[in-house]
Amino acid sequence: MSDMTKHAALRPMRPAGLSVSRASRASTITMVLCVVIVLGLVAAPWWAGRADLRLMGEMFLYLSLAVLWNLLAGYAGLVSVGQQAFVGFGGYMLFALTMLWGVPPLAAIALSGVIGAVVAMPVAALIFRLRGAYFAIGTWVVAEVFRLVAAQIGALGGGSGTSLSPQIVKALADGRAAREALTFWLALTLAVGVIAAVFWLLRSRHGLALTAIRDNELASKSLGIDIWRTKFLTYVVVGGLTTLTGSLIFLQKIRISPEAAFSANDWTAFVIFIVVIGGIGTLEGPILGTLIFFALRETLADLGTIYLIILGVLAIAIMVRAPRGLWGLVSEKTGVDLFPLSRRVRGLDR
Amino acid sequence: MYDFLTITALNAHYGDFQALYDLNLSIAPSEVVAIIGANGAGKSTLMRSISGLMRNDATAIRWKGRDIGHLRADQVAGLGIALVPEGRQLFPSLSVEENLRIGGQTGRRGPWSLARVYQLFPILHERRRQPSTSLSGGQQQMVAIGRALMANPELIMFDEISLGLAPVVIRQIYDALPGIVGEGMAAMIVEQDITKALSVSTRAYCLQEGRVSLEGGSNDISREDISRAYFGV
Amino acid sequence: MDWINVLIQGILLGGLYALFAAGLSLIFGVMRLVNIAHGDLMVGAAYLGLTTCATLGVTPLVSLLLVVPAMAGIGYALQRVVLNRVMGEDILPPLLVTFGLSVILQNTLLLGYSADPQKLSTKVLDTASVAVGPFNLGWLPVLTFAVAVALIWALQWMFYRTALGRAFRATSDNQDIAQLMGLNRAHVFGLAMALALAVTAVAGIFLGMRTAFDPSVGGTRLIFGFEAVIIGGLGNLWGTLAGGILLGVAQAVGSKIDPGWQVLAGHVVFLAILAVRPKGFFPRIEA
Repeated sequence: MSDMTKHAALRPMRPAGLSVSRASRASTITMVLCVVIVLGLVAAPWWAGRADLRLMGEMFLYLSLAVLWNLLAGYAGLVSVGQQAFVGFGGYMLFALTMLWGVPPLAAIALSGVIGAVVAMPVAALIFRLRGAYFAIGTWVVAEVFRLVAAQIGALGGGSGTSLSPQIVKALADGRAAREALTFWLALTLAVGVIAAVFWLLRSRHGLALTAIRDNELASKSLGIDIWRTKFLTYVVVGGLTTLTGSLIFLQKIRISPEAAFSANDWTAFVIFIVVIGGIGTLEGPILGTLIFFALRETLADLGTIYLIILGVLAIAIMVRAPRGLWGLVSEKTGVDLFPLSRRVRGLDR
Repeated sequence: MYDFLTITALNAHYGDFQALYDLNLSIAPSEVVAIIGANGAGKSTLMRSISGLMRNDATAIRWKGRDIGHLRADQVAGLGIALVPEGRQLFPSLSVEENLRIGGQTGRRGPWSLARVYQLFPILHERRRQPSTSLSGGQQQMVAIGRALMANPELIMFDEISLGLAPVVIRQIYDALPGIVGEGMAAMIVEQDITKALSVSTRAYCLQEGRVSLEGGSNDISREDISRAYFGV
Repeated sequence: MDWINVLIQGILLGGLYALFAAGLSLIFGVMRLVNIAHGDLMVGAAYLGLTTCATLGVTPLVSLLLVVPAMAGIGYALQRVVLNRVMGEDILPPLLVTFGLSVILQNTLLLGYSADPQKLSTKVLDTASVAVGPFNLGWLPVLTFAVAVALIWALQWMFYRTALGRAFRATSDNQDIAQLMGLNRAHVFGLAMALALAVTAVAGIFLGMRTAFDPSVGGTRLIFGFEAVIIGGLGNLWGTLAGGILLGVAQAVGSKIDPGWQVLAGHVVFLAILAVRPKGFFPRIEA
């Protein structure tokens, strides 16, 4: 079998009946299922209770953060422990744009994403000077700077923070139910959009370059891939989308403070745990990880700090025993690949 | 079969690639054995396997009546097998003398000491405080040999010691060889230069594509045998 | 005169930051590992000192006799049992494992000691000071600085003059060849982590004597140590001391201008140095 694969790959002319394709039966079924699930979720405000709606909204926001961090660490090799910088920045941008400059909330959210990407550029230029693991701590320093600066902004409550004024909240939609439905839809749109964007990105030339760099930085350099530029673009895109996610998170929360906005636990530790447990460097991993994370949280959250200790132990155990996470185990055992990223030769079994 | 170094049915792999196939080989005490063969025949893999840099089945390699195929390199070193690696591979952060001293890390007793190494290669004494990277290629090779000797091994393995050195330096190093193996130390020499390898050894093995293709006394092997064993023609 | 005093206080504070940084620098030098849990281990050592002082009725300085070997033992075990399993070409696994460790440690301390701020009381040392000309120097900051200098000198001596230091350098150069010399990589790494955590224990006790601490402060202390390492230049311990001093002075000047700016001023100076001198001021000369 492996010999035949080799032959098929080496021969310039494909023999009749063989074709190279990314899709597999599992991935086609997944696509159909995804569409059905998304349609069902769009209708959620009509079938789900308020608490469930809120929980699902939160799940979508975490899912977005996880997919984005995974793109950064799992594909671009940029391990950031300071993504709370962009989450918090997004929250503060939403508050500043709406409360200080009178921008309508929805426009403010979109705008914050753009500003986040712009801000990510000088940040990247600076911290890309740090190699490997030191890069990680550099991202943390940046997040601390953002937090300390936010605490100095008196107009937004300084160190103690502030709340979104009622008229801005009311401007969003008429009535509480409509508002809650709207924030839910925004979160759902974001999650679907981020997954689609990352999926599309990884299938593009850019994604191929990223995979090449991850597999062998030296060899990809000799192939003419501009490593710095590829990583820079990834960092900026992730920075912008993380900022966008941040502004949605604080639209849902309505209150903001430097501690909450730039919390390393909430916006980085949890996100890393989600990706590590689900499977780093896979697109399915963050989805699986988010489901597991929220299932654990809903059942163990009463334990408080012990819950966090359990998460930490679980993450370490997975890193030591199964570095590709739970999804890695699943796909190793079953060979299933839900999101068709890798190409495969078809027709060999005929 | 001698009860010194005995290799039986050794198979070595790099991932899916198999580098050695059911290889059998043995060395007697104070014997000098040459290993020859084309590039990629498995000579370096053999040395990596014996020294423990590659780990194998425990029973594939026996050393003085003990299975050692599964041991780590530091454990093998402690049992008295030393390797002079291809390309010298000195420690750049260490001075010449520190490179030699670290060779004595195993704490094995024997005739070799810092003073003896300096006696063998006087130039190293002059340069002992310099960074090892500041030496010429030949001098670096002397450090690499001295470093292996400091462990007072019973078997010393040389991987391509003349590679990249000037002919006059190669002669110098080979001239020192009898002084090294003269005291009951066995040696295994991997060398591209077949004439050189055969002239200093008592027996020779020729490897081809991971298998022993020829084995015999160094003086008994003819040129024709070798080219047949080398290229399989 | 006021500003000179600020400068002196900043330099002395830099001694504390050099202490934070020394352990970080050591393990990076030997095994290229960056330990995200470094700050939390430091805080853990401070709590260990707190418990030791409370149970045995000794002063924090005496508690070092117990805390240092305990942390060294923890370091060796941590490296052999957990970290060695993920060491390799890929930096992601060790980074994420130490990150998980950081979260575990923080929450375990929270569970055991609550979030209330604590301090290691030294009674006399807390307030004692000595007048040098017109300046009043606290004994504790002076002692901290002296300990930092002594510790860095000792580490430097160990690294370049002892068999252990030779083994560290050789393993850092080439792990395979070091193994051929009879050095077991796993053991050498264990010893490096043990030594690093012994240094961390000293840093933790002095941290606890100088300022109040609670389970959440490890992260910022890791950052201070990291900034000192980068400013000074990777792989140079005296450079790390210089980096710590620069950071301390930046913070002291910042807090003189506005108390809220102390930490921010340090970060800004760090980022500015990263912008103009990305390799720090005293990088190790590459062979």
